[in-house]
Amino acid sequence: MSPSTVWIVVIGAVVGTYLLKLAGLSVPPALLKRPLIGRCVELIPAALLAALVAVNALTREGALTVDFRLAALVAAGIALALRAPFIVVLLVAGGVGALGYVVAG
Amino acid sequence: MRSSEHRSERARVVRDGIGLGTAVGLYGVAFGATATVAGLSVWQASLLSLLMFTGASQFALVGVLATGGSPFAAVGSALLLGTRNTIYGLRLAELLAYRGWRRVAAAHWVIDETTAVTVRESGQELSRLAFVSSGSALFLFWNLTTVAGALGAQSFGPVLQAALDSVVPAAFLALLWPRLVRGADLRREQRIVAVGGVAIALALTPFLAPGLQIIAAALAVLLAIRPTPANSRSGCARRPGSSSGASA
Repeated sequence: MSPSTVWIVVIGAVVGTYLLKLAGLSVPPALLKRPLIGRCVELIPAALLAALVAVNALTREGALTVDFRLAALVAAGIALALRAPFIVVLLVAGGVGALGYVVAG
Repeated sequence: MRSSEHRSERARVVRDGIGLGTAVGLYGVAFGATATVAGLSVWQASLLSLLMFTGASQFALVGVLATGGSPFAAVGSALLLGTRNTIYGLRLAELLAYRGWRRVAAAHWVIDETTAVTVRESGQELSRLAFVSSGSALFLFWNLTTVAGALGAQSFGPVLQAALDSVVPAAFLALLWPRLVRGADLRREQRIVAVGGVAIALALTPFLAPGLQIIAAALAVLLAIRPTPANSRSGCARRPGSSSGASA
């Protein structure tokens, strides 16, 4: 991707995400009572975040790949289940991932 | 007496807000580092944190770019994740009741964390205090740590790179986690949709341009549709009493 394309992506996404925030504060509250909209939007992040977890942990260059990242993800899951704070979860994942990389080559 | 209680209440709200902002803001190091490794300049990474200021969308954007995704996929996934801020805004609009330029400014800080602390408070004064204290602490730390991460990443060796590769999926898992645990709104549906999202994304990875599988994963919400004869056109609409979670 050329540098100017990256700038277009950055600016487009910045403007779009801001307008999404402003829309919420500005639309008539009646819209909140419409379950159709509320429920769809409430569930979409779960699908996207789960997909982002899977793609970033289990794929590399378009192919399924199992490596140190999976060990790190499992460790992060355990930390979350133990109610570790956000920052601890990230440190655990980073530590286990680095260790896995060194051990497994 | 009354006024000293009031003061301590205000102090608690400010303390909570700043505490959360500081803890979560530190996560910006991971974002700054990921962004520069994905090919953004330190400037672009900083600009995203300053002007986009919504972590999951920012991570999605650079995550898609890192895997060689198309501009459309990068912007699309950031915007799809950004839609939840719209819903937060709907909830906050009544609580904060900002008008005019204050509303335009406040919109920038409508994100997961500020919403979480704001909806906990009752009354306009404490709600605004919670919103502003968490928002300002987050904004400050998120931007400072983004710069630190972006500058630091340039000196990363392979082991630190492996650590960073491991932090990114863990960060998404940490964002997803509160939606899946006991007490979450629509927990059952959230779990079904999450599993569906993983399945769709992994199944399509070999066939689609990088990043498009993330957007396609949004189709997993269709798994949570349960049409009924009385309500058959309602798509994602929620049937009264059908959810185990608390009402939104």
